[in-house]
Amino acid sequence: MRMRTVEIGVGAFMLAGILALVVLALNVSGLNPAEQTGGYKVYARFDNIGGLTPRAKVAMSGVQIGQVKAIRIDKDMLMAEVEMEIFNDVDYLTVDSSASILTAGLLGEQYIGVVPGAEEDLLGEGDFIQDTQSALVLEELIGKFLFNKVSE
Amino acid sequence: MLDILQRLGHKALSRLAAIGRAGQLLLQSLVAAPQPLTMLPLVLKQIYFVGVLSLVIIVVSGGFIGMVLGLQGYTILVDYGSEQAVGQMVALSLVRELAPVVAALLFAGRAGSALTAEIGLMKATEQLASLEMIGVDPLRRIIAPRLWAGFICMPILAIIFAVVGIWGGSLVAVDWLGIYEGSFWANMQQSVDFYDDVVNGIIKAVCFGIVVTWIAVFEGYDCIPTSEGISQATTRTVVYSSLAVLGLDFILTALMFGEL
Amino acid sequence: MKPEHDSIIDIRGLSFFRGDRAIFDDVNISIPRGKVTAIMGPSGTGKTTLLKLIGGQLRPERGQILLEGTDIPKLGRRELFEARERMGMLFQSGALFTDMTVFENVAFPLRVHTALPDDMIRDVVLMKLQAVGLRGARDLMPSELSGGMARRVALARAIALDPDIVMYDEPFTGQDPIAMGVLVNLIRRLNQALGHTSIIVSHDIKETLGIADYIYLLSDGRVIAQGSPEELADIDSEQVRQFMQGLPDGPVPFHFKAPDYHQDLLQEH
Repeated sequence: MRMRTVEIGVGAFMLAGILALVVLALNVSGLNPAEQTGGYKVYARFDNIGGLTPRAKVAMSGVQIGQVKAIRIDKDMLMAEVEMEIFNDVDYLTVDSSASILTAGLLGEQYIGVVPGAEEDLLGEGDFIQDTQSALVLEELIGKFLFNKVSE
Repeated sequence: MLDILQRLGHKALSRLAAIGRAGQLLLQSLVAAPQPLTMLPLVLKQIYFVGVLSLVIIVVSGGFIGMVLGLQGYTILVDYGSEQAVGQMVALSLVRELAPVVAALLFAGRAGSALTAEIGLMKATEQLASLEMIGVDPLRRIIAPRLWAGFICMPILAIIFAVVGIWGGSLVAVDWLGIYEGSFWANMQQSVDFYDDVVNGIIKAVCFGIVVTWIAVFEGYDCIPTSEGISQATTRTVVYSSLAVLGLDFILTALMFGEL
Repeated sequence: MKPEHDSIIDIRGLSFFRGDRAIFDDVNISIPRGKVTAIMGPSGTGKTTLLKLIGGQLRPERGQILLEGTDIPKLGRRELFEARERMGMLFQSGALFTDMTVFENVAFPLRVHTALPDDMIRDVVLMKLQAVGLRGARDLMPSELSGGMARRVALARAIALDPDIVMYDEPFTGQDPIAMGVLVNLIRRLNQALGHTSIIVSHDIKETLGIADYIYLLSDGRVIAQGSPEELADIDSEQVRQFMQGLPDGPVPFHFKAPDYHQDLLQEH
């Protein structure tokens, strides 16, 4: 009799644990088993990356098409170099696409917004996006504003 | 002066000796060839006592902590207009830190002290000695099942703690404070990475489980077999495992999240 | 002085130390087969330690403990396991397993050492419980038993495998007269009925003298006297006499070592 209670209890306990793990995987961390198709690396250089961090999203028209993998300094060009991993099923980025560092919401996280261009050729593994727009830095904006104001 | 030094040295040496005995206990209990057929029902029974009976305190604490996180998070973030980030704040705090650590502390207090007291009492009433006389190794029959049960239950309890906490946070944020449900979960899913956050949290919980159960079982086995000895051992279990969990947490956090 | 019957256990030159203290110093004891032998002495002489040494839970520094020729301290795991099959021990507090019923407690040694089917185990357990008069209590938990009943169940467990040697560790301590009487009676009857060797470790003179065939008196790690109860009563030794008659003062002094009484009182000022 008592053994039965124990076995049922332990079984329910294990089940609860497994369910909780599944919830954590899917609902909390957004692990999408379908999405993990792997990706190809695309690079871009920026004057100022602002508050961009690794794992920030790379989006086109607001829809995520990849992720920022790493941020480095390019010693030759003395600019910031961002390494992005674009999902394999994204096959519409032309070589003249542009990448800008945008902010989600007023004080939200920064992400890279990509706008495809009009060329025929597509970006491949290891290619660089040439047309980039750095992040808006608040101090520079204020400085520009004041400068304009003064010259009026 | 010399007297103080001597006492300090004596204390340090006896602690070292205790750690040595603890290591011996762990090795002998786990490494000695296990007999799965007889062990399994014993382990199952211990999982019930150690895990299932701890569920109440884990679920209740997890729920409340999640709700408090949601509430506090909201009041702080709303000043910056970032109250949408409550979801990710609750989730990350829980999954990375609070679930493994608090669940381990609660586990040490409830299950750890119970284990120590039970084993200590078995020692005091000569049950361990009579097991030996009948020819059964108490390390294999009493200690090992409890060790395995602790190792298995701790991560499960931490996961359940995290999930209940996040649910509690969502209750407060979405249902009571009016945050848009979609953005609550969407933001959370964006910022919580399964491998970097959830899996690391689980690894932490596994480490904590090993440490807490090991300390609990050792203190019980090593205690002075009187009622005073048992009470001292129980206190030591709770204190030492709590300190160990917190210390280990720092080391693990530095290793796992340091670079980020 | 030596017992006439052959001995089942022969202890020769036993020396056991705890720290610096010699619990046993070159002790020789022969336990006669099939009889009730009592090991007696003042508290703290290590009588329980002797039982643990015989059972192989402790190892002596020197000496031999021969169970029909086999030296216990030298046995490996497997052989010790088999040797323990032939021994049953009744601990001072009974030491029943608190998470099992009375039935399961008595069945435990059978399940560990034999591969008997359940219905045979049931028969044996019921027989043992009947022998100690507790067959009706088989489904109770140890926490529901009185002290005396717990000891009787522990006795049933100790004889579950029909061992050749049954050891009793202070069986009479702290018992009420009825429980004491029951236990004394049981030990004697079981010894006669089952023909095993009983070793009783005790300091209760009256009860032990009543059932013992042969007695060893230990003090300060040595055997200070041995013989049948009648022989011991005639021994001309102050130590033996103090113990046997329960005299408050003698070789074991009444006063703990203290400075001169007169001086001590005066120094208070």
